[in-house]
Amino acid sequence: MSEPKHLENTETMPPVIGRRRWSAGLIWLVPIVAALIGIGMVIHNRQSEGPAIEISFLTAEGLEAGKTQVKYKDVVIGLVDSIRLADDRSQIVARVQLDKTAATFATADSRYWVVRPRFGTSGVSGIGTLLSGAYIGADTGVSKDAQKRFVGLERPPAVIHGSPGKRFTLHAADMGSLDVGSPVYYRRIQVGRVISYDLDKDGKQMRIELFVDAPYDQYVSVSARFWNASGVDLNLDANGLKLSTQSLATVVAGGIAFQTPPGPRDATPAAEGAEFSLFDDLQAAMAPPDGEPDYLQMRFEQSLRGLSVGAQVDFRGIVVGRVVSIDLDYEADKQRFPMMVGAVIYPQRFGRAGEKIAQIGHAQSDKNLRLATFVKPLVARGLRAQARVGNLLTGQLYVALDFVANAPEVAFDAAARPVELPTAPGSIDQLQEQLTGLVAKIDKIPFESIGKHLDSTVAQLDQTLRQVNETTLPQFSATLAGAQGTLGSAKQAIAADAPLQQNLAQTLAEIQRAARSLRVLGDYLGVHPETLLRGKPTDPPPSATKPPSEDKP
Amino acid sequence: MNLAPRARDLGLTCCHTCGQASSSTTAHCPRCRSRLHARKPDSLARTWAFLLAALILYIPANTLPVMYTSMLGRGESSTILHGVVEFWKAGSWDIALLIFIASVAVPSTKFLALGTLLVTAQRRSTWAQPQRARLYRFVELIGYWSMLDVVVVALVSALVQFQLLGTAEPRLGIVFFGLVVVLTMFAAMSFDPRLIWDSDDDKNLPRN
Repeated sequence: MSEPKHLENTETMPPVIGRRRWSAGLIWLVPIVAALIGIGMVIHNRQSEGPAIEISFLTAEGLEAGKTQVKYKDVVIGLVDSIRLADDRSQIVARVQLDKTAATFATADSRYWVVRPRFGTSGVSGIGTLLSGAYIGADTGVSKDAQKRFVGLERPPAVIHGSPGKRFTLHAADMGSLDVGSPVYYRRIQVGRVISYDLDKDGKQMRIELFVDAPYDQYVSVSARFWNASGVDLNLDANGLKLSTQSLATVVAGGIAFQTPPGPRDATPAAEGAEFSLFDDLQAAMAPPDGEPDYLQMRFEQSLRGLSVGAQVDFRGIVVGRVVSIDLDYEADKQRFPMMVGAVIYPQRFGRAGEKIAQIGHAQSDKNLRLATFVKPLVARGLRAQARVGNLLTGQLYVALDFVANAPEVAFDAAARPVELPTAPGSIDQLQEQLTGLVAKIDKIPFESIGKHLDSTVAQLDQTLRQVNETTLPQFSATLAGAQGTLGSAKQAIAADAPLQQNLAQTLAEIQRAARSLRVLGDYLGVHPETLLRGKPTDPPPSATKPPSEDKP
Repeated sequence: MNLAPRARDLGLTCCHTCGQASSSTTAHCPRCRSRLHARKPDSLARTWAFLLAALILYIPANTLPVMYTSMLGRGESSTILHGVVEFWKAGSWDIALLIFIASVAVPSTKFLALGTLLVTAQRRSTWAQPQRARLYRFVELIGYWSMLDVVVVALVSALVQFQLLGTAEPRLGIVFFGLVVVLTMFAAMSFDPRLIWDSDDDKNLPRN
């Protein structure tokens, strides 16, 4: 049984075996290809994997391991693969697997922050993340030093690396209502923002870093002035009430504005990182630099209600300084309370006069003495300080330096420190005196007797009027009735069918006729003048019989 | 062995195509002219090859994400096992179980079953022959059910396209998973169940 089977098999097998050897090898290609694909995937994965970095944040709010992405310019460059607490539990550490292409983000000056929806005074950002969830924003610089650990920023940086524009530093006394992200305005358009601030080392000034975008950065010239355009500036002084804002947004969020002062100025664009000082307002910014102030003291005898610290000191209409102190003094011998007013004046604000003042006093090394030397002759000529009313509505006072005619002579102590400027009664005192005089005169007017006279006059008038009412008016109406009757008869007399009219017409016809006869007589006499002497000819025409008869008598 | 004689013992060969039994001496089927083999040619080698390829591809199929879903701008790509865990955590243990059975249990069972069949057939073992035959039928039966995952991904990707609200896209993993299923089916197909019954007694017989 096994023999024939053996034979049969040997007969049928040879061609089959030949085929099998070939196809048997071919089938192993399938797992080889599969293995190649698998290895290829592994290699691809390994190659596309970039460096892993660790970023620490204060909180992991919105972050999720395996889901939160790291994005640069909205391109995904990595994924958070784990989040854990830092060893001291003060922070969280997110481990981020960066893509291969994002290897440059693992360098020393890269910055990371969490992009969440933010609603601030300076605007709303990150709305997209309301639905998609937070992601980590990234920004990188130019550094090539590899770094694996980063401290995440708690708020997005104001400027992304490589943005065209320039950074500048401002020195300010305080921050006002400014904050990081506060806008910077140039001619009321937003051209930049505040990117950071810190205190000077001595703690006396703020250093505010701001970034001005290109192309507006070219307008920041070396002579540009920056001022705080924050909020609403409500200013009440001798000039009245002044309210100024840069834009509605700055009212809420604060802001900085800059401009080059008018006039010929150095318009060279300022270099990156140039330093400027931040003025309180536009006026202060645009004012020429004040230079070193000089200190003056004034003694006023009258009340200084309405004069406040900061009030202007004015010389012939130019504001040259401001009041810095108002003190009460007491003179025991005279039992008086004079007011001591301290003021600073800025010699540079005197312009050319200031330069000349400097020349006059330059011999004196002491600043105080220099001022005294200059002021002394002027005082002799009548230079006095006066407290004047700057604004009648608010009663604000300012100090005016002026030459007062017929000013009483005063002794000027050149050695006094500080220099004391004599005062003259201000306009408010004069006004007061005039007013008092006016009131006294008004007082003298006999209002009482005037009133009595007026009263009796009115009574008499009343009587007269009653009389008129009772007697005159009825008579007047009777007269009017008579007049009316007269007018009626007159109307009848001149009516078209009145006898008068007819008689008049007849009379006129007669006169017409008489006139015609006269004309005939005239004509006849013109032709026969001799008739006057000789009489009528014998055979007169029948028509001419009448005139001679008329002529005869 | 008190089993019925095999076709080969009776000098007969069954045609693979039309089922005609003819004498073992003929090389071609007298009815349909297709080539005759006593056993499927290279059955063991082919099955091994397909099974190995499927095993290799099963690794990326499980490690790579199979689907990317984004809801309201929040995107996420998940692997098969990840999906199972997600569903389980979300409380839908039934769906998790279904996915697990279709995508993990069934392919793994197939690998094990085919592996067992191959090893025993190669050794011409007589151990539990009827059970092994039943195992083979079971493998053939469950073969296409593991395509469930592929179908789900294809359906979801086609239906869920609401732009910002939600989108679903297939990812590379599902291709590998589909290949695994196809390869295991090929492996099951290329295995000749008659090899189960070829015992050591006829070692001298060619196994084609």
